[in-house]
Amino acid sequence: MQMLSRAWRHTLVRHATLAVLGLLVAVVVLMSVDDFRNRQLTELAYMALAAGGLTLLTGINGQISLGHGAFMAIGAYTTALLLQDPETALPLPLVLLASLLVALVVGVLVGVAAARLHGPYLAGATLTLAIAVPGIARYFSTTLGGEQGLRVTSPEPPAWFLDALFFLTGTEPSNSQYYAILGWTLLVVVFFLLANLIRGRVGRRWAAVRDDEVAAELAGINLARARVSAFTVSAAVAGLAGALMAIQIRLAAPTAFELTLSLTLLTAIVLGGLGTLSGAIIGSVVLVYTARIATDVGTAQGLDSIAAAELAPLVYGTVMILVILLAPAGLVGSLLRWRAARAARGADRRTTPPAARPTDPHHPDGPADQQRRPVATTKGDQP
Amino acid sequence: MPASDQVAHATPDPTSATPSATATPALELRDVTVRFGGVTALSAAGLRVAEHTVHGVIGPNGAGKTTLFNVACGFLRPDEGQVVRRGETLARLRPHRLASYGMSRTLQGLGLFDRLSVLDNVMVGADRHGRSGFLGTMLALPGATRDEDRLRERAMEALERLRIAEHARRYPPSLPYALRKRVALARALVAEPTLLLLDEPASGLSSEEMDELAALIGGLSGEMAVMLVEHHMDLVMKVCDRITVLDFGKVIADGSPAEVQQDPAVVAAYLGDDVADLDADTGPATDPATPTEA
Ligand SMILES: Nc1ncnc2c1ncn2[C@@H]1O[C@H](COP(=O)(O)OP(=O)(O)OP(=O)(O)O)[C@@H](O)[C@H]1O
Ligand SMILES: [Mg+2]
Repeated sequence: MQMLSRAWRHTLVRHATLAVLGLLVAVVVLMSVDDFRNRQLTELAYMALAAGGLTLLTGINGQISLGHGAFMAIGAYTTALLLQDPETALPLPLVLLASLLVALVVGVLVGVAAARLHGPYLAGATLTLAIAVPGIARYFSTTLGGEQGLRVTSPEPPAWFLDALFFLTGTEPSNSQYYAILGWTLLVVVFFLLANLIRGRVGRRWAAVRDDEVAAELAGINLARARVSAFTVSAAVAGLAGALMAIQIRLAAPTAFELTLSLTLLTAIVLGGLGTLSGAIIGSVVLVYTARIATDVGTAQGLDSIAAAELAPLVYGTVMILVILLAPAGLVGSLLRWRAARAARGADRRTTPPAARPTDPHHPDGPADQQRRPVATTKGDQP
Repeated sequence: MPASDQVAHATPDPTSATPSATATPALELRDVTVRFGGVTALSAAGLRVAEHTVHGVIGPNGAGKTTLFNVACGFLRPDEGQVVRRGETLARLRPHRLASYGMSRTLQGLGLFDRLSVLDNVMVGADRHGRSGFLGTMLALPGATRDEDRLRERAMEALERLRIAEHARRYPPSLPYALRKRVALARALVAEPTLLLLDEPASGLSSEEMDELAALIGGLSGEMAVMLVEHHMDLVMKVCDRITVLDFGKVIADGSPAEVQQDPAVVAAYLGDDVADLDADTGPATDPATPTEA
């Protein structure tokens, strides 16, 4: 028992166990639901994947991106180009890898520029990206298909996959099940790797840069390198998510990657709670399913399909406002906070009561913030 | 790392307290001038911090103390003058390279990472002892895991030394101010610097906490040189081996605490505040750090 709990504290053991369990549950669920649900769950997988990448960038490293949909577009178009001709199509793993790499390279370039920008400037720059990339796709209509986009010849499941699943479950998986299992496998593997990064030295540096860049720099962290690496990883993950999306919807078209997609991703991570991977999943679940449910309810109430589809943003907005009002740290964030507060209360009971100073104006030294001496001139953000 | 109770001797070994003039100093600032537009924050300021001494830098508000630290850390490139670390001129010093020169600094504010646990805050400070790279961390390779364990161990030792180990899992905003200051100090110490720069470590501390801090700083000079900017004169006079006094960016005195206290230029510079401030026996009640808005 003690050995188990010691092993559990090891990052690799903990994350690997969760990954394997997660994958098992996913395969069992995906094999037992119909094609419609499988398509929905694939959508959830690529949205959660992209949201996970964005979590790392915005939640952990503190760089906002209003343009993450653009990296999904880059991944999707790469996949579409590579899968265009079934004769010369590369094997799927290579297609996915290529999509990831192209997004990664663009991510490095954008990341280098972004590392110098802060707050609204960064938001503006990434917003430009979100608008520019679909525009580029429209402009190069001969290679990228213009408004119509590129059809994607989604690959058939390989024989070994069919055999393996038939052996395990006794049924042949459909194409939809194949994409769903592919999507969830990628989600689990990528989240396993991201969780390792976040829990380890790399993620600690990213978070330090987010919280206080002066102190982080003094601790020996190269700010630019930390920011660019976070941007790169995040873009690569979004590229992979885009590849999956293209395979699922069998199309890479500009309308799929408009600004709304980027904003949806941002909404997902804010809903789930900035800074946790589980929050990215939960936020994506809320977004993907509220949209469906709202549309279904609308149709059931006799709305035509266009009006019903317009209900979704309304519901997003309402959910977002509710979360911001009731749980400003996001769904998972609030849970973690509540747990930390409870642990802190426990710790205080065990040790001495905390000194009253930080907020107590009657303490001889005054409250902490008023302790600063007045200075003659403003010092800006001088360290 | 010595246990916390070994740290209590406030006077370092007397040979190191009176460094010979010929020894290479831990840090030397040569004629440093910094101008901000019309304000000359430092004008040809120079000082030498000998190895294994506590070197105080004092002066009225706005005298240029923090600016001096910023130059020493590479946050500011001086308009004139040099920073020399153990005989090596640091011409293009960048703050993130500071740790690799064996230097560590605490900030005048707290500068803690509020959304990282206390333990993680200190592990960031220990980062320069880490070896694992990006791939190792991402794949959680055994080497990276061991590296992480070592960093955690170092961080826990530093927390124990400052007697805040029981708060390792908490987050800085939930701690009282005095404990947060200790976290900041632990984060600076865990890097195992050979030169530590402390910018007002005693601000916001009660007099008992200040005594503790004095004992700690006194004990540090066995391991490293310490540069101390502080307004609490009793603390400065107690722990410093040597003091440089700045006023309007100029060095107006440099010497032992006793010499500096009697220096007429220093007394004059502090007349604006209160001459009694320079008296080491003054209690915290007449502390110059208490805001005295004119
Ligand atoms: N970034 C800056 N821009 C403009 N002026 C500055 C800047 N930093 C410092 N100064 C000015 O330089 C002078 C020295 O400031 P500095 O912060 O070094 O003083 P200090 O001795 O640390 O004071 P304190 O005791 O209040 O911390 C002050 O007049 C200050 O207003
Ligand atoms: Mg200062």
